[in-house]
Amino acid sequence: MIAELGLAALWIAAALAVLQLVGGAVAQRDPESDLAKLVRPAAIIQGVLAAFSFVMLLYLFAVTDLSVKLVATNSHSDKPMIFKLAGAWGNHEGSMLLWITVMAMAGGLIGLVERRLPEKTMMATLAAQAFVAMGFYAFILLSSNPFERLPQPAIEGMGLNPLLQDIGLAFHPPTLYFGYVGLSVAFSFAVGALLTRKVGPDFARAMRPWVLGAWIFLTLGITAGSYWAYYELGWGGWWFWDPVENASLMPWLAATALLHSVSVLAARDALRAWTIMLGVVAFSMSMLGTFLVRSGILTSVHAFAVDPERGSFILVLLALYIGGALLLFALRAGTVAEGERFAIASREGALVFNNVMLSAILGIVLLGTLYPLLTEAFDVRVSVGPPYFNPVGAIFVIPMLMVMAVGPLLRWRNDNFHRVKLPMAMVAGIMLAVLALVLVLGSYGWLPMLGLAVSIGLAIGSFLPLRGRNLLRVPTATWGMVIAHFGIAVALFGMASESAFSEERLAAVEVGDSTQVGPWTVVLDQVAPVAGPNWTAIEGRLSAQYGDGAAIDLRPQSRNFWAPPQETTESTLATRWNGQLYAVIGNQASDGRWQLRLWWKPFVTLIWYGGILVALGGLLALIGRLRTDLKRRSAKSRNAERKLEEAEV
Amino acid sequence: MTDPKSYAMKAKHQRLILVVVALAAIIGAGFLAAYALQSEANYFYEPGQIAADPPEVGQAIRLGGMVQEGSLNTLEDGITVAFVVTDKESATVDVRYTGILPDLFVEGSGVVADGRMDEEGVFIADELLAKHDENYVPRELQDMDQHAPDKTLIPAEQTT
Repeated sequence: MIAELGLAALWIAAALAVLQLVGGAVAQRDPESDLAKLVRPAAIIQGVLAAFSFVMLLYLFAVTDLSVKLVATNSHSDKPMIFKLAGAWGNHEGSMLLWITVMAMAGGLIGLVERRLPEKTMMATLAAQAFVAMGFYAFILLSSNPFERLPQPAIEGMGLNPLLQDIGLAFHPPTLYFGYVGLSVAFSFAVGALLTRKVGPDFARAMRPWVLGAWIFLTLGITAGSYWAYYELGWGGWWFWDPVENASLMPWLAATALLHSVSVLAARDALRAWTIMLGVVAFSMSMLGTFLVRSGILTSVHAFAVDPERGSFILVLLALYIGGALLLFALRAGTVAEGERFAIASREGALVFNNVMLSAILGIVLLGTLYPLLTEAFDVRVSVGPPYFNPVGAIFVIPMLMVMAVGPLLRWRNDNFHRVKLPMAMVAGIMLAVLALVLVLGSYGWLPMLGLAVSIGLAIGSFLPLRGRNLLRVPTATWGMVIAHFGIAVALFGMASESAFSEERLAAVEVGDSTQVGPWTVVLDQVAPVAGPNWTAIEGRLSAQYGDGAAIDLRPQSRNFWAPPQETTESTLATRWNGQLYAVIGNQASDGRWQLRLWWKPFVTLIWYGGILVALGGLLALIGRLRTDLKRRSAKSRNAERKLEEAEV
Repeated sequence: MTDPKSYAMKAKHQRLILVVVALAAIIGAGFLAAYALQSEANYFYEPGQIAADPPEVGQAIRLGGMVQEGSLNTLEDGITVAFVVTDKESATVDVRYTGILPDLFVEGSGVVADGRMDEEGVFIADELLAKHDENYVPRELQDMDQHAPDKTLIPAEQTT
């Protein structure tokens, strides 16, 4: 009964999406018609119904209803409750339902709160949103029904992939989906504005919170995904340039560019067509990412729930939405492109530079990710990894980060580089000094060293916009920018430090033996069997000593799950302020010795702290923006608005 | 500046310059990427291809095949494993890997290894990708399972 309720709600929601599309289209001709008046309510009820449907699925997983195929294939009654719930979206059907739920709720929220845009643009936006949603409803209802019943209830479920039975990963896909779906809203706004040719600061201000929100979730999702891969896969790496990782990085790059160009549009009414274009590209990247992950068309270490047929469905949707949006863009871009002018040496100039660099990086990642597909068409199979991405990406990342340290100091419209000479010289000086020092000091790779130097320069540069200001009166959005930029510097420092200074020790040890890695001494005290709720494991009991410090207990495991039968490696981490010790236990050799793999990774944690800071900066900016928007509604003259905006971006 | 017409012209010029610069940067990135991909992509080999057309010593490649039954053994140092990767045409490559074997790495199962050939014709693996779970098989291996029988039927075409 519950499953049928969920399915029925989903069908009604899909029907409401059709109504929303038709109503939105009619409103373009006749805004006063009865159909037009139904658009907002349709969006809101659709959101409620989709959410209801998803809650039903959660319930089915919570009670492990084994007459439902999805539950039987992805869950097991022995699983801890949190992973039963996470199992609802840890598979293809459930994650698609989550996608459409978030999307419908976002549409409902726009229908409920958004009053800034002209009504006609609003209707066009909601119609575009419904059009995108309809494709996903069709996808779920026709080819991936999560509520499908089994002819005979299963006796026991098959369980959830143990690699996914991890608290970090349980919340990782929803986080990314919030980001992807937020970008679908940005896409709908862009299409709506193109349809009505109303692209201006008001449009940008309405779109910005959605872009910011999506970007915050993407940032968190990527950070969490990187940390998960780092501790769960047991390889000791935090980024593999795997297609699935790239699938989340590409929308982030596009969203980052969009975030900055939408700010230029809001503050200065420039970059109109470019912003619209980025709105289309950002969502295209979300769709492309979903396609790459879902179709299994590329080899990936993280891919799950892959199915080529579903891949083709997503490919068709991708072609339809993106092709349609690009066609619309080609037809309308000329009529919306008029905007304000600016000099090269200005805040806009720096932001355009950032946008171009981000686009170039996006292009590089995209080409590297798709290249294996291209060559396979000619029957040549290749894989593309760090030797390509790192140096080629760096060519664009490094100049971008340098401009990032100076750009926020420039004035809007027209400025003179002389005015920021001192901070620029200071930042350049520090970077040169650090670079010289590290070149003299060691035989480390040039790329990590350059990364260290740039991160220190950027860390200082990111706080310069606060210089000489009353800190209590600095707007929240400016604080957001400062913290996000500082977060990038922090993350970069962690990445460079980890690449340059990591030490690895691989050893075969008997119980009682001690091993050295970096400043650590590690002793294998004991190896013992242990059992968990749905697994058994071999556990290594290690004591690790940093220098002459006190010993810390570490317990890496090699786990055996029984439903489904699978082994996983559970690494352990000893975290200090200056880095992490990473320990993995392997198999026992025939002579009785145990394999131990140890890494000392100086400042590696800064990578993820940096990511969290970036997201926090985004959150502060979002709060600041929403507050000013509220203030602006009461502000009277347009002039006052502009001053407020210029002071804050 | 005061003449609205000249203002419009200038705005148009500026936009044009911006577009040209942006396009140049992005196309430049594209060419750079294409050039780098030529030299930095890891080519995928099966044991038969290595026998027929050996890659250069030290060149980064990716090897895919099945771990031969009974071939897996740990060397003296306790951390290096040696095994033989084979394909359905019974070509074989000796592989050496120093490190902890991935979960689900077992004899008779598929494996993809990143690494390079050394002077003695042994493949030195830096990283092993095994099956992730029952549902996930590296794509290269899926292909191999499907096409392998065809290949054994038409060995003549293989050699040309």
